[in-house]
Amino acid sequence: MTTATAQHGEHGFWTTHVFSTDHKTIGKQYLTLGLFWAVVGGLLTYVMRWQLAWPETVVPGWGEIGPETYNALVTMHGTIMVFFVAMPILLGAFGNFLIPLMVGARDMAFPRLNMLSLWVFALASLLLFISFFVPGGAAAAGWTGYPPLSAKAEYTGVNWGMDLWILAHALEFAAFLMGGVNYLTTAIAFRVPGMTFSRLPLVIWQQLTATTLFLLSVGPLIAGAVMLLLDRQIGTHFFTPGGGGDPLLWQHLFWFFGHPEVYVILLPAVGLVLDVLPVFSRKPIFGYRWIIASTIVAGGLSFIVWAHHMFVSGIDPRLAMPFSITTILISVPFAYLMFAMIATLWRGSIRFDTPMLFALGFIAMFIVGGLTGIFNGSAPADIYISDTYFVVAHFHYTLFSSVFFGGLAGFYFWFPKMFGRLMNETLGKLHFWLTIVFFNATFFPMHNIGLAGMMRRIANPLQYDFLVPHQWINVVATIGTMLLLASQIPFVMNVVWSLVAVRPAPKNPWQANTLEWTAPSPPPHLNWGEALPVVYRGPYEYSVPEAPEDWLPQDRVLAARAR
Amino acid sequence: MASPAEAPAIPGIATGKIGVWWFLASEIMLFGGLIASYSVFRLGGPGWAEAAHHLSVPLASINTLVLLTSSYTVVRAFVAAERGDVRALRVYLGLTILGGLIFLGIKAVEYTTEIRAGFPPAAGIFWSFYYTMTGLHALHVLAGVVVNSIVLATEGVGAKNPHRVELAGLYWHFVDVVWIFLFPLLYLL
Repeated sequence: MTTATAQHGEHGFWTTHVFSTDHKTIGKQYLTLGLFWAVVGGLLTYVMRWQLAWPETVVPGWGEIGPETYNALVTMHGTIMVFFVAMPILLGAFGNFLIPLMVGARDMAFPRLNMLSLWVFALASLLLFISFFVPGGAAAAGWTGYPPLSAKAEYTGVNWGMDLWILAHALEFAAFLMGGVNYLTTAIAFRVPGMTFSRLPLVIWQQLTATTLFLLSVGPLIAGAVMLLLDRQIGTHFFTPGGGGDPLLWQHLFWFFGHPEVYVILLPAVGLVLDVLPVFSRKPIFGYRWIIASTIVAGGLSFIVWAHHMFVSGIDPRLAMPFSITTILISVPFAYLMFAMIATLWRGSIRFDTPMLFALGFIAMFIVGGLTGIFNGSAPADIYISDTYFVVAHFHYTLFSSVFFGGLAGFYFWFPKMFGRLMNETLGKLHFWLTIVFFNATFFPMHNIGLAGMMRRIANPLQYDFLVPHQWINVVATIGTMLLLASQIPFVMNVVWSLVAVRPAPKNPWQANTLEWTAPSPPPHLNWGEALPVVYRGPYEYSVPEAPEDWLPQDRVLAARAR
Repeated sequence: MASPAEAPAIPGIATGKIGVWWFLASEIMLFGGLIASYSVFRLGGPGWAEAAHHLSVPLASINTLVLLTSSYTVVRAFVAAERGDVRALRVYLGLTILGGLIFLGIKAVEYTTEIRAGFPPAAGIFWSFYYTMTGLHALHVLAGVVVNSIVLATEGVGAKNPHRVELAGLYWHFVDVVWIFLFPLLYLL
């Protein structure tokens, strides 16, 4: 068919590096866009944190900040980090790069659809970027876009920015729908012989569960986005009480998607960590099947917890208790995942390479976020801490640990495969230690100031007398943020240095088992040469007594006692 | 879409079908979200039946009939494609496309009448839902017409890949089923 010729014709610069249908190139393009947005979103935190620590001063390099600007900053920071950093990196980059390589496919099931997905996402990125510069500025109704703020331009003074925000979301969802259809079809239909579902690496299982959650939860929010756009543009009354609508409807539609969405981000990160841990513990993963079961149970439960975001929104109080119960119930499968990770370490021959450090950092930090989640999930406690910095601390401990620690564990681990270069270990370790210290310096104090009553999304804490004595906590968090941003310098140096200096990576630098390590680094177009690998065993057979080395790749036959 | 030489699929698995079904699953949630929101509002608020009286049940009934018939013709088109009967494929696919166009035409007449009678989308919450739900559905009908036309343009000159007719048909059935939910919910209740 046409794709076959198109793929074989890929020799020119444009078709190889820009308009490529190769899943690896598309993965790297998602990675590049995600990293670009990470820089933008990170720089916004500098402006926000400066404002919070020293509210009545001019932010160096930016200027004076009024409440309107602050609203736009906090909105765009959330939107960018969740939809334009976490999703393109964890799903777009790792999903695209890893799924075909780990199941043994030569490319995605629908390569052209895959390319379309990337370019629709690029268009969404462009619209969101433009929205900073249109008259009225960027969207300022919070990353959750609650009406009536978002439904009427006169409430925030933002007109174009909000419409572009809605369009950027719609396009982004379309991009990930196309990607999701591809991921699921590829993993179902293009596994090599021997790669049964019970031999699939866990990162693939997590990607597939996350994708399924996304496909099944995003529909209502797309409907909501259409309704919001119509409310703004042609005066329908879905979310404005004046015409018979209800602002709460948006909250239901948003969080019906929004809660599964946090697992859409979390699960791929959990998957990256689950695949890194056995390699650096030289031990099989603990409880492979139960991890899959827990993941699916957590995914299912994530559809019936959404109203825990709305305990103070005026929902029927009788709804609060059932949603508290399901929310606290969901910590059971996640607790299992965490215990399985820790049990994998138990008595392993642990190697503290950079990917492993970030994986361990994920476990430590995510547990803090998971524990504070139990407070947020129970309605009586949440009514006190809702919309305070305690919640901000909670979701940064969960999301930042996923995207940053989980994502970087994966990044350092698969970088040699992606780019065919080894990274510098010293810089990597420096990056880790600086990041984990200043991450905690930034976000741990937010628990305290949140319990002291500081509300999220306020531009000037000094306006409130009861917060003035606690202002030093804001200063600590702000200094933490500056140093956390500076801690990324070794990372940038490391990436640039590794790409420029030629330290070619061998096929399997970490002595790992999964299929991608049987392909050259970086894998060529169509991934393997003439013959595809054949799978004989599960992905985590480390330190098997019968094997000559302490790892046993999935494609190796053991002469005598093969399973 | 990738040819077997590029990426061997597991034998017996129709990749296109898996893709389309996953896509339809997300589409079900899109309309499901709208229908659920509508139902909750309608159960909770009085005065909806009054607004619904201004809709034209006869026109919508004709539309239902047209859409159901086009679902039948698309099945015939698939049967023809499997037999390799290009002429019958052209006729039945053409009829399916015609059905979609008639549906859109009648829908346009309905919209015009309602807006002229003083019920634009901003007239109230019922009208907001009515125009959004049927409008989104009409966009899906339009997309189906486009897809069917592409299939007609490629397969209609020599049926080589009946699979494509089947996939277009799957989508067309879905569009049909959505209408089966919208019709009673908006017009009859």
